[in-house]
Amino acid sequence: MRVVVDFDLCESNAICMQIAPDIFEVRDDDFLYVLDETPSEDRRSNLEESVQRCPKQAISIEE
Amino acid sequence: MHSSITIVGASLAGVRAAEALRTEGFKGNIKLLGDEPHIAYDRPPLSKSFLEGEMASEKLSLLTTEKINELKLEIRTDSKVSNLDIETQTLEVKGEVEEFDALIIATGARARKLPDTEKINGIHTLRSLDDSIKIRDSFKAGNPKVVVVGGGFIGCEVAATASTLGIEVTVVESQDVPLSHVLGEEAGKVISELHIDNGVQLKCGVEVQEIKGEDKVEGVLLEDGTLLEADLVVVGIGAVPNTEWLENSGLTIENGVCCDQTCLAAPNIVAAGDVARWEHQGYGKSIRLEHWDNAAEQGKHAALRLLQTEAEALPYAPIPWFWSDQFDRKIQLAGISDPEDDFEVIVDSPGEGRYTAIYGNEGRLKAVLGINRPRHVMQFKSLMENKASWKEALEFARGIG
Repeated sequence: MRVVVDFDLCESNAICMQIAPDIFEVRDDDFLYVLDETPSEDRRSNLEESVQRCPKQAISIEE
Repeated sequence: MHSSITIVGASLAGVRAAEALRTEGFKGNIKLLGDEPHIAYDRPPLSKSFLEGEMASEKLSLLTTEKINELKLEIRTDSKVSNLDIETQTLEVKGEVEEFDALIIATGARARKLPDTEKINGIHTLRSLDDSIKIRDSFKAGNPKVVVVGGGFIGCEVAATASTLGIEVTVVESQDVPLSHVLGEEAGKVISELHIDNGVQLKCGVEVQEIKGEDKVEGVLLEDGTLLEADLVVVGIGAVPNTEWLENSGLTIENGVCCDQTCLAAPNIVAAGDVARWEHQGYGKSIRLEHWDNAAEQGKHAALRLLQTEAEALPYAPIPWFWSDQFDRKIQLAGISDPEDDFEVIVDSPGEGRYTAIYGNEGRLKAVLGINRPRHVMQFKSLMENKASWKEALEFARGIG
């Protein structure tokens, strides 16, 4: 699976970073960086939670 | 297993509940009843980007037709539910009695109104899409003078949006410092200054005496004798949970539908979102939240509760979290802050518009406030989830300050 972030929507609320810090990081410049674009299958539930809890619905998963 | 689950309230909590039921494999009928004419939509932009006039209302939709079909939802708009009987497991929907096997109560809250102002045009609260459209239209009409009554988060957001559009706006707040009942005076002042710097007029420490105008609003008279001219008044003085329809239901209603730790209000009945008051295991008391993230998460949790036995059920005990966008600042609070808490400013960089502060009491980290510091907010939120002590929080702060 592949992590896709729509950076036009992303507002750096950073909830994704709290749920999956190995995949998402909001750095000191306030921008979101995807640390792992193709996480392993065992990261799916955290990734799905990040998708759901993003207030801007800016994250999606491509299979 | 239930064969039919009814969700009353078709906003975020209700929609997330429906999605969770299907994700969990529930095959029965799901009815989603909403009292508004619109299908479920997202509310946070209503006081921000949508109000600024950049966004089409379709963009707010929480459910596409495709999604409704995929989830096999029976959706009914304009369907106000007027009564619940928990003994017979029946609802009254527009005068018709309907049975349910299990029920999710997600009727949310409504904006509190100023008394005796219904007949005066130009006074609005902001909760629904229609409210936001009316205020947006008024913003566009000529050059209105706007008075915002109540300097809470909604009021501050409306003021920031109006001011960004070049509209003259005054905020009237009964406390000496806006938001100080939540954030304390020091942090409240940081947000006040943001508004003052951006041209918002603040009138604090004074109550509204009277709204002037017969058919149409003309002004707001304050208790200190000040008369503020106004073409448009936006009232942001809190919200009231929508529980009137439950008065004879047999459920316990105390500023919300009272639920146990798992969101269960009665056998086969759960509540979620702004309407739900539940026993939060982590805080050792019952709380009710009006946050986007809570509506989403509690909707899911409550829905799954209906599919679980008592032994399987888990307590719902999140660290609350919300954000508010005002001007170019993202203000976030995680945890529950109290003005009486210990308070420590970690970052205060006015030039960059950045600010982080933490709240603690009884030796525990209780909350974090961040302005344009989402990274810090999430780091301290994680500490709270790990039940960090105040000392540990301060040690962590030294590393990032």
